[in-house]
Amino acid sequence: MPKHHISLVVNGKKVEADVEPRMLLVHFIRDVLGLTGTHVGCDTTNCGACTVILDGKAVKSCSLFAVQADGKELLTIEGLAKDGQLHPIQQAFWEKHGLQCGYCTPGMIMTSYWFLRKNPNPTEEEIRNAISGNLCRCTGYVKIVEAIQYAAKLMQSKELKK
Amino acid sequence: MYPAPFEYFAPKSLDEAISLLEKYKEEAKVIAGGQSLTILMKLRLARPKYLIDLNKIPGLEYIIESNEGIKIGAMTRMNDIAENELIRKTYPIIHDAAINIADPLVRNMGTIGGNLCHGDPGNDMPSVMIALNAVYTVKGTRGERKIKAEDFYIDTFQTALEPDEILTEVFVPKPEPKNGSAYEKIKRRVGDFAVAAVGASISVDENLRIKKIGIALTSLGPKVLKVDTSGLIGSVANEDTFEKVGELSYKTAQPSSDIRGPAEYKRDMAKALTIRALRLSLNRILGK
Repeated sequence: MPKHHISLVVNGKKVEADVEPRMLLVHFIRDVLGLTGTHVGCDTTNCGACTVILDGKAVKSCSLFAVQADGKELLTIEGLAKDGQLHPIQQAFWEKHGLQCGYCTPGMIMTSYWFLRKNPNPTEEEIRNAISGNLCRCTGYVKIVEAIQYAAKLMQSKELKK
Repeated sequence: MYPAPFEYFAPKSLDEAISLLEKYKEEAKVIAGGQSLTILMKLRLARPKYLIDLNKIPGLEYIIESNEGIKIGAMTRMNDIAENELIRKTYPIIHDAAINIADPLVRNMGTIGGNLCHGDPGNDMPSVMIALNAVYTVKGTRGERKIKAEDFYIDTFQTALEPDEILTEVFVPKPEPKNGSAYEKIKRRVGDFAVAAVGASISVDENLRIKKIGIALTSLGPKVLKVDTSGLIGSVANEDTFEKVGELSYKTAQPSSDIRGPAEYKRDMAKALTIRALRLSLNRILGK
């Protein structure tokens, strides 16, 4: 099959590659770019471990082909921390211990990143609905929800300081 | 999991997409949001040789209101439909269904056109569109044609689309002044297909007599099923009438037993959900 030349921006840097059409975006991210923070969980669009931000929207990267990301802007978990400083959402997951094994965490954080930009001051119900496409098999979601609530506060106070 | 190899095209116009379909016919598959097709390809249940991606074609994502109704572009994402204020107020059944499809991440990619054309009897939007008397616009090598939602679904994964045709728009007529609609769905968990679901839309006169009624069933047969409710026109919209409509749904349903439950249970749910959807529709008319 003819390969396709793609060019996209990943975590702020321009990336170019030749990809086979059937290469999934998640494999491109992990195997070609070496960014292994994006995980493969169920591989069938259920679990959300592979969640990334594509052109501002949280999507499941196991359900898209890399060739479809041509010309787009991609943000992965590796792109969140700036100058050695954790992003407020990462900070919140750390402080509130919003994880146990950590497998679902990058996906949870990327979904939160998309969601909190749309809804900076969410209710608990809205948070639970927002992460309904991200499965955690260790926790009962309680600490994850707390972490996202705390992240919302951190992000708002950061906004206020500006 | 990798799909079988395929050749990929990202046409920049509908005409280009249609000429690719004309060239490759049944060996080609159109991809919209890809939230069903990509997974089927990964599981190797679908093996198209040629994949024609509609995502680079401009002008297919829109929600436009007119005096006659609303037009929704085929590539409009499910979340954009779920969050649309006009749809929530005027066509609550569409909102009800949209917020219950899969999960928010899938809805960021998933499109109305994909949901309508996939042909899975578990897709939610077909019932909604049948209940609302919607009309689809499809485009192919012989030009454009309109197909009523109720005539579109032929069998499991079979629709009225010809191999060279693409759905471009769905038109939903403006409801009568006293109209209420609702979508009731039972699912085992977030993200799952419906165990059973029912879409309902009713319009009534000042005396609450039914002027128009549309009922359709999701996950209750080999394809989405329209319930013939023509005998109920003129009846007063009340619990007795809803019970009768529920009976009609019970008789129309052709469910099969599977991991989501036995056929007998699903048939009972066809009735129960019909009554619930009608009750909610009436409450919406009455502003309750």
